[in-house]
Order: sequence, then C-alpha cells, then structure tokens
Amino acid sequence: MIKPLLELKNVVLKVNRNTPEEIMILDHLNLTINAGDFITVLGSNGAGKSTLFNAIGGDLSIDSGQILLNGKDISHESVERRTRFLARVFQDPKLGTAPRMNVAENLLLAERRGQRRTLAPRHLNKQLDRYKKITATMHNGLDERLTTATGNLSGGQRQALSFLMATLKRPEVLLLDEHTAALDPQTSQDLMHLTNERVQEEQLTCLMITHHLEDALTYGNRLIVLHHGKVTFDVAGAEKDALTTEKLYSFFAEIE
Amino acid sequence: MSLIVSAIGQGLLWAVLGVGLFLTFRILDFADMTVEGTFPLGAATAVAAISNGMNPLLATLLAFAIGAIAGLITGLLYTKGHIPILLAGILVMTACYSVNLRIMGRANVSLLGKSTLFKNHFLASLPQYFDSVFLGTLVMVIITGLVIYFLQTQLGQGFIATGDNQTMARSLGINTDNMKIMGLMVSNGMIAFGGALVAQNNGYADVNMGIGIIVIALASIIIGEVAFGDLTLNQRLVAVSLGSILYRFVLLIVLKLGFSANDLNLLSSIILALCMMLPVFKKTFNFKHILKRGLDTND
Repeated sequence: MIKPLLELKNVVLKVNRNTPEEIMILDHLNLTINAGDFITVLGSNGAGKSTLFNAIGGDLSIDSGQILLNGKDISHESVERRTRFLARVFQDPKLGTAPRMNVAENLLLAERRGQRRTLAPRHLNKQLDRYKKITATMHNGLDERLTTATGNLSGGQRQALSFLMATLKRPEVLLLDEHTAALDPQTSQDLMHLTNERVQEEQLTCLMITHHLEDALTYGNRLIVLHHGKVTFDVAGAEKDALTTEKLYSFFAEIE
Repeated sequence: MSLIVSAIGQGLLWAVLGVGLFLTFRILDFADMTVEGTFPLGAATAVAAISNGMNPLLATLLAFAIGAIAGLITGLLYTKGHIPILLAGILVMTACYSVNLRIMGRANVSLLGKSTLFKNHFLASLPQYFDSVFLGTLVMVIITGLVIYFLQTQLGQGFIATGDNQTMARSLGINTDNMKIMGLMVSNGMIAFGGALVAQNNGYADVNMGIGIIVIALASIIIGEVAFGDLTLNQRLVAVSLGSILYRFVLLIVLKLGFSANDLNLLSSIILALCMMLPVFKKTFNFKHILKRGLDTND
C-alpha cells in the first residue's frame, strides 16, 4: 500500500473573514497526495488553485480542516518551518530570485532552504565548480553567468534558475505555480521538458498549476480539476492517459 | 592644514553612522527614522554613564546596547505591530527625545573635567586633531571589517536576501521578520555608538543633536557611491568612510564661502538632494553625449 505523503482533509479557507464580503475560497477540500505523484492542477480563475498552494505553503492560514505531512498535522506551522519539506516556483520570474545577488549566491541561499543559518562563513568559492556543473544542465548559458546579478538575466534564465533552486536541496513536495506562463513559447517548452525530466529523475512529488490543457495531459501521472474550492475531477494512471483535450473541454463546459 | 586634519577626523568619527544606516537603507531597503533619536540616545547614555564614573569604553559599549534596544522596539512595531516602517521609526524617535531628557536630567550635559575615550596618554600625545583621526580609523576598520565578515556568512546572506526579495527569502525558510529586527538593532546600536563617540569628542551631549542625523548619514553613503561609481558591496562599505570624509570637506568649503554653522542643515539637505538626483540629471542633460560632442570637432 502506498502511504500518503501530504493529505488535505476538509480544508476550509475564507477571505475577508467576518465581513459581509466573506468568501470561501477552499470549500471543505479533500486531497491525498502520494509520494512520487506528479499532479497537474487545472481550474478556471478564482477556482482556488493559488490559494491551495498558499494554504499548503502556510502563507494563508486555514479556517478549519487539517493539513497532514506523513501523518503529522502541520496546519499551524509557519511558512519558514514548512520550507524544510516544501519548495516553490512562482509564476513571476521576479519572485524567485534575489535580483542584486548573483547566480551562485542565489544557489547557495537555496541550498540551505529550511536549515539554520549561522555566522559561519558562506564559502562560496568552494562551490563554484559544482554550481557550474549543475547550471550547465539547464542548457541556457546560466553556467557562464554564475557571477552575474540575477536582475540582469533574461526571464527564461531567471525562471530556470528558480526551478533549479527549488530542486537543489531535494524537497519532499514541490509546488509549481504556472512557472512557465510568463515565458515565450519556446523557452516555456524548454523549461517544461526540463521540469519533467528532473521530476522523473529525482522521483519528486510535485503539484503543477497550469492553464495549458496539453501540458496538463502530457505531463504527470495524475490530473485534478479545482472548481469553487473543491476537487471536482481527479484521474490518475491509465485513466489519465486516456484523456483528451476534447474530453476535458466538454467536462469544463459541464461544470461551468 | 589643521582644518583638513580636523575634517578627516570628524569624517571618520561620523562614518559609523553611514555604515549603520547602510544596513537598513541600502540592504533592507527602507529609511529608518529611528536614527534621529538613537544618535542623541547614545550620546546621552555615554555622557550620563561617564558622569557617574563609568569607564568611557564601557559607557560607549553601553550606548551601543541601549541604541540596539531602541532598534528592537522599532523592529517589533514594524514587523509584529504592522506599523509602516517610516511611522514606526518616527514614533521611537519621538519617544527617544523624552527618554534622552530623562537620562541626562537636562537638555545639555558637559563632560568637562571627566574622563573620555579621547583623554588618555597616547591620544593626548598626538598632534591636535590627530586623536580623532586615529580613533576614527581604528573604529571604522573594526566596524567595517565586522560588517563585511557578517555579510559573507550564511546568516548575512539571508539578511541580504531579505532586503532583496522578501518572497523568495521566506520561501527558502529565512525568517524575514527576525532579519529586519536584527538589522534595525545592529544599525541603531551603531548609530548610538557613533553618538557616544561624537559626544565625547565634542565634550558634551545635547538633546537636540539628533536633528538632521539621517541626512548626514545618508550623505556619506550617497557621496561615497557617487564619487566612486560601480563598486562591489564590500568596496561600497569602505566608500562610506571616504564619503563621510568628503562630506566634511564639502562642509568646510561651504563655511569658507561665508555661510554660518546655522545654515549647515539647509546646505546638507541641498547637497544630498543634488547627489540623489544625479542619475536624473545625467539622463536629462545627457552629460556623456555633450562631452563627446564637445571633444569631437568633426561631428
């Protein structure tokens, strides 16, 4: 039997609490994520996809329900503590890297994700050879720009770096929030291929929000659809392989 | 000659403020008004402690600690109380005014006849004004060295990341609230330390000596950057000391031109404003282009 890695049980999350504008963004949401799942997340705007990520990440506190990691309740743990098991890549390339710090410095920061930071020297130079090899796997010239401030990189390079930073120290759960959406089609495809490759290789447990139906079908072993704060559709394995964009479109037409 | 030596000495003593403010203004990327209160707070603390017989070195270190507490309060108001940083700083700055009067008992306390860091055999044996040059250099080498070391540690890198990209810092497990509080504490500790040094050098503490401090500290940062151009982070920290000395030279020239000491705050603000607008001027007037045209007669 596969043990669930991350479980969301009856999760309720409201905004504008106790005001007339109160809205329930996550409505008794249930989701069980197994180790090694690569889940693509679909849903229209306002369905609660980003809120789901923010609830898992701890940026938003939930009103009721439970979030369990390996059976342990983490619903009230801080954002900082959750980074021990969790890594994220945001949609906006600006959010993922520190613009005035160079590529190597950003990697060094990411390598200590969730760990204590002490007054010990950072020893950046010792890591440069290793970082050069790691960045070379992205095939986009990052390895030649290790000492360039990330603010001077292209959006594609920055987003590739953000992804690299998220996976440098193996996360138990990886959240990708439309991480290729802000890039041009070619760069976006390159990063998508690379993402898939890395997730497969390292057998990462990953949730990926996307608006590309093709991407949602091509990648991952499981596909879920969020609607009005609930998981309304959840397929995996052969059932997912049998899905087509037409079937998905007709499903969306049904629920709207 | 002695005027120049005096300016260098003053520049070095006041440079502590620039490095202190650098931590918040340049690294955490906000303007901390608390410093207008912590500078006289440090001066008051040191002067009161020395008047009560405390060793001047201990009194100066005590000033650092008290300044750090003021920074802690601003930090808590800002991060836990969600008060905007500008207002949080102004609140603590205003509160410091009363605290300083309490500490000193009156608006102005002299150190006449009391022992200070400047009154020892070695410093007294130096030619006039060289005591502040010597002490200032010593202090700046130590403080700049410590800050440079800190910024290259794992914690220091997390501190820089907090000011650079808060969302990323948090997503990597950096407690950004603690980083801001720490930055405000160290920064204000250093400003208070500077206040203690200046008070001992002047021979008195005055409750109004904090007015315009943020402008003076900013001036040393900005003048250093404008004068030396593209620098690494470590070089920029050293440039603060040089900027502080240059600022004293500018003041010296201004006084020579016939302005009175009462005009200094106005002039300091004008100098700082001009320096900060330099990038705008460069764009508007296209200096380089004009320069090229002027040199190239064929064009």
